[in-house]
Amino acid sequence: MIKAVMMMNTQGKPRLAKFYDFLPVEKQQELIRGVFSVLSSRPENVSNFLEIDSLFGPDSRLVYKHYATLYFVLVFDGSENELAMLDLIQVLVETLDKCFSNVCELDIVFNYSKLHTVLDEIVFGGQVLETRTDEVMKAVEEISKLEAASNSISLVPKSVSGWRGGR
Amino acid sequence: MEQLKTIGRELAMGSQGGFGQSKEFLDLVKSIGEARSKAEEDRIVLSEIDILKRKLLEPDIPKRKMKEYIIRLVYIEMLGHDASFGYIHAVKMTHDDNLLLKRTGYLAVTLFLNEDHDLIILIVNTIQKDLRSDNYLVVCAALNAICRLINEETIPAVLPQVVDLLNHQKEAVRKKAIMALHRFHRKSPSSVSHLISNFRKRLCDNDPGVMGATLCPLFDLITEDVSSYKDLVSSFVSILKQVTERRLPKSYDYHQMPAPFIQIKLLKIMALLGCGDKSASEIMYMVLGDLFRKCDSSTNIGNAILYECIRCISCIIPSPKLLEAAADAISKFLKSDSHNLKYMGIDGLGRLIKISPDIAEQHQLAVIDCLEDPDDTLKRKTFELLYKMTKSSNVEVIVDRMTDYMISINDNHYKTEIASRCVELAEQFAPSNQWFIQIMNKVFEHAGDLVNIKVAHNLMRLIAEGFGEDDDDADSKLRLSAVESYLQIMSEPKLPSLFLQVISWVLGEYGTADGKYSASYISGKLCDVADAYSSDETVKGYAVSALMKIYAFEIAFGRKVDVLPECQSLIEELLASHSTDLQQRAYELQALLALDARAVESILPLDASCEDIEVDKDLSFLNGYIQQAIESGAQPYISERERSCMLETTDYHSRDHHEVPSHALRFEAYERPKPSSLPTQASTELVPVPEPSYYSEAHQPISTSSVSERESSEIKLRLDGVKQKWGRPSYQSSTSASSTPPQAANGTSSHPDVGVGSSSLKPRSSYESKKPEIDPEKQRLAASLFGGSSSSRSDRKSSSGGHKPAKGTASKPPKENPIPVQPPPDLLDFGEPTATSVTATDPFKELEGLMDSSSQDGGSTDVMGVLYSDAAPVTTTTSVDSLLSELSDSSKGNPDTYQSQTSKGPNSKEALEKDALVRQMGVNPTSQNPTLFKDLLG
Repeated sequence: MIKAVMMMNTQGKPRLAKFYDFLPVEKQQELIRGVFSVLSSRPENVSNFLEIDSLFGPDSRLVYKHYATLYFVLVFDGSENELAMLDLIQVLVETLDKCFSNVCELDIVFNYSKLHTVLDEIVFGGQVLETRTDEVMKAVEEISKLEAASNSISLVPKSVSGWRGGR
Repeated sequence: MEQLKTIGRELAMGSQGGFGQSKEFLDLVKSIGEARSKAEEDRIVLSEIDILKRKLLEPDIPKRKMKEYIIRLVYIEMLGHDASFGYIHAVKMTHDDNLLLKRTGYLAVTLFLNEDHDLIILIVNTIQKDLRSDNYLVVCAALNAICRLINEETIPAVLPQVVDLLNHQKEAVRKKAIMALHRFHRKSPSSVSHLISNFRKRLCDNDPGVMGATLCPLFDLITEDVSSYKDLVSSFVSILKQVTERRLPKSYDYHQMPAPFIQIKLLKIMALLGCGDKSASEIMYMVLGDLFRKCDSSTNIGNAILYECIRCISCIIPSPKLLEAAADAISKFLKSDSHNLKYMGIDGLGRLIKISPDIAEQHQLAVIDCLEDPDDTLKRKTFELLYKMTKSSNVEVIVDRMTDYMISINDNHYKTEIASRCVELAEQFAPSNQWFIQIMNKVFEHAGDLVNIKVAHNLMRLIAEGFGEDDDDADSKLRLSAVESYLQIMSEPKLPSLFLQVISWVLGEYGTADGKYSASYISGKLCDVADAYSSDETVKGYAVSALMKIYAFEIAFGRKVDVLPECQSLIEELLASHSTDLQQRAYELQALLALDARAVESILPLDASCEDIEVDKDLSFLNGYIQQAIESGAQPYISERERSCMLETTDYHSRDHHEVPSHALRFEAYERPKPSSLPTQASTELVPVPEPSYYSEAHQPISTSSVSERESSEIKLRLDGVKQKWGRPSYQSSTSASSTPPQAANGTSSHPDVGVGSSSLKPRSSYESKKPEIDPEKQRLAASLFGGSSSSRSDRKSSSGGHKPAKGTASKPPKENPIPVQPPPDLLDFGEPTATSVTATDPFKELEGLMDSSSQDGGSTDVMGVLYSDAAPVTTTTSVDSLLSELSDSSKGNPDTYQSQTSKGPNSKEALEKDALVRQMGVNPTSQNPTLFKDLLG
């Protein structure tokens, strides 16, 4: 089971933190800080795995990937495969990349709820639900469309293209 | 350029409100992003909280505004601040009909609330309604929310709807409904136990995605209860076969790999089902073989599947061909440049080594490379592997490496772990006592605050008892060397408390024994310790007791004692100490100084820490006094039990009162550093009934060897009386099993030259062509690490005659396995917290004895030895728990009572046991259903 998904930037600021079992806010902060301090002390070109029993209890592993200014972190237990989790991060990033076309940290900061929508389509209640980028995209678009239609107050279409023009 | 783009986006979002967000939110995010310190960030967030609190109180907030406030609340809470003042607004938002608002509400609620929060009750109704919605997106949002928000009490409220959704026309909904049911099962298995058949049904869903989702709950269910899913073995195998043959739609491919996540889950399930089940395993051989052949090892996901195959093979009963394929895959991993693959390789090696111990040999240089890798994760994994491979022939190299690494790291959690592993390995395989003490000193010096106090007691006991040889000379030599090393170490500035306790105790007991050091020198050193660590009362107590012993020995020898001025002032200081314990020790010391030699000698005899003090448990010497008292009209004594019976009938309140002391007794039991998990122990303590006969009966069969063991050791205790008095027996383990590994290992180490020679020759020849210049240092290390395995192999070949190494160990054990005769390890784990008993069994004594005998009896015992030392890492731990009662220590000045507790952890044999069990119960997949998956893809 996946215990947590986190994104943080290289300064240690959390950009997304989702824990699949409830943890009080203080504990969450402690874990985020703990994970960051371990990650930031890792040298380049080493493995993407960490065994972090000290933070998440026995039999917990962590897989992380470093993209530009962001760390993508997955924490899970022994019933998952490390290499596969690494690919799950890849799936997440690829999907975000398609969503925001060439994703960067800012997209993630400003599109908090969309980020969660994407993540919820991929990981559901701590289990891997979907790994096909296209399917995830389809689901997210559908939600966006419906939200846009139902949302008469909103001035801006929810799809990506809406604000991309302003670039 | 990047910056330009960034600014552009900000502008775009600033002007348009981005994803429906206002300028204020963007400003907040920006200012937090620019905050230079945590304090500045906190200030910004706090002022934001103030603003939000005010705004949320305003009447008639437009919905769009409200949504934005809630997103801001979520953001604030992610930064670690309390946003609970806004929770209710998030809850309200879930009631909204607008999907966008509803989803925002659900998102916020799932992030804010835990399943037991009071506000959940306000959401359950909405969830119920949403689950029935026609719009499947609303249903999905609700399903998403219940995963986090529903607890055991509220499950029944939504369960019927979720079950209905299992047949929803949209596969996305079916998938999520299964996951939600899985979640319920995790939270409260009983609430969905009647629905488990649904998971089996959904395995045949037309949509492969739904089928894949079903594997998650099935994996959990099979983990809990393998036997009732054996009938699905062939179904799973055929699913996997179809997946690998690319019978799923192309859209399920990921990096040219057909549905890899489904493959991995299936392999995990197969590993569970095939564990110890020959016939189930045989069904899997084909598809596993195919996977090894087909897997593309150039992609990450391909390697993930390969690794999963290795894991599966290490769990099931493999065929030699599969083992070979797995070994090949591992060697590919280890040879790769990727650290990730190396890590997987080491992990796989650790798994496979249990089945075929020879496999490590070909990879010794790769393993050593990993050990020296800058990657900490890899290093730790490698240490784990080494830990599994340790035997007496390579224990010195491995433990040295481990201690070096332990010293180099700062992570306390891992330091503790590796320290306890060092101690465990050292206790189990120590080649010499000198070495053992050295390692212990190292561990104490660098991780003293982290190791269990038992380890310290163990070390003291070891030094005190000597090592089972009758050779007193060797013992005293060892003690002298210990004293010398401690005197040297004492000058280090900061030592852990536990280590100082050991040092003080040893100096007190043996500091002056050899006459090499004078009493005043040692006592001066002890005073220094007490001064330097004046805040640590335990250390001070140990130091004072040690002083007392030194002076007592001096007096007993008839020498004149001059108390050093600093000692005098220390004693005076302690006489007025706040700690009563220290005070008492100081008073005792003072009193002792005034006594004559004869009295002192009987109070603190020389080197008598291992002698037993006979306790007259009946207090028979008081008989005369009692007789006298009764004659003069005193009430006769009524035993505790009789009294409680009487009180039960008369006075309820005073019975309550009476139970207090029994509670106090129980409290003591919990104080042990490692309380026994055996429930019967607790029950015997609760009920003040004398020893139930069950124990003595249970004791009989096990103790045959332990009795002889006890007889052979010098120390004898009158166990029977003590046991009955306290209602708890203290077991000696049968030591035959725990002693085999060292014996076998020693047997092999009798030809170390042959072993090292052959192993270092072999790899060199095979690697020479590839890596021409290999550091001779590394090769030496490799030889010493792996030498044992090759030498032991040659031994085994000669002793067990003609068994093929890999298979022989893997498939035979269930019959030869000596475990069933032994009691479960927990039974041995009786602890006796009171200072009443008991003998101490010295593991080293046994080891020593076995060393001698190992040369004579090579044949029959060796087979078993090989089983243990080769088939798996030997995890038999012999831990001796010496309980130095602080009280007796303070009054007598020497720890006189020991508690020995030998526990065995045959976890390496678990698989074999399980296998035996499965065979016994005759569980075989009977009803196979090949058509189960036929409707997948038509």
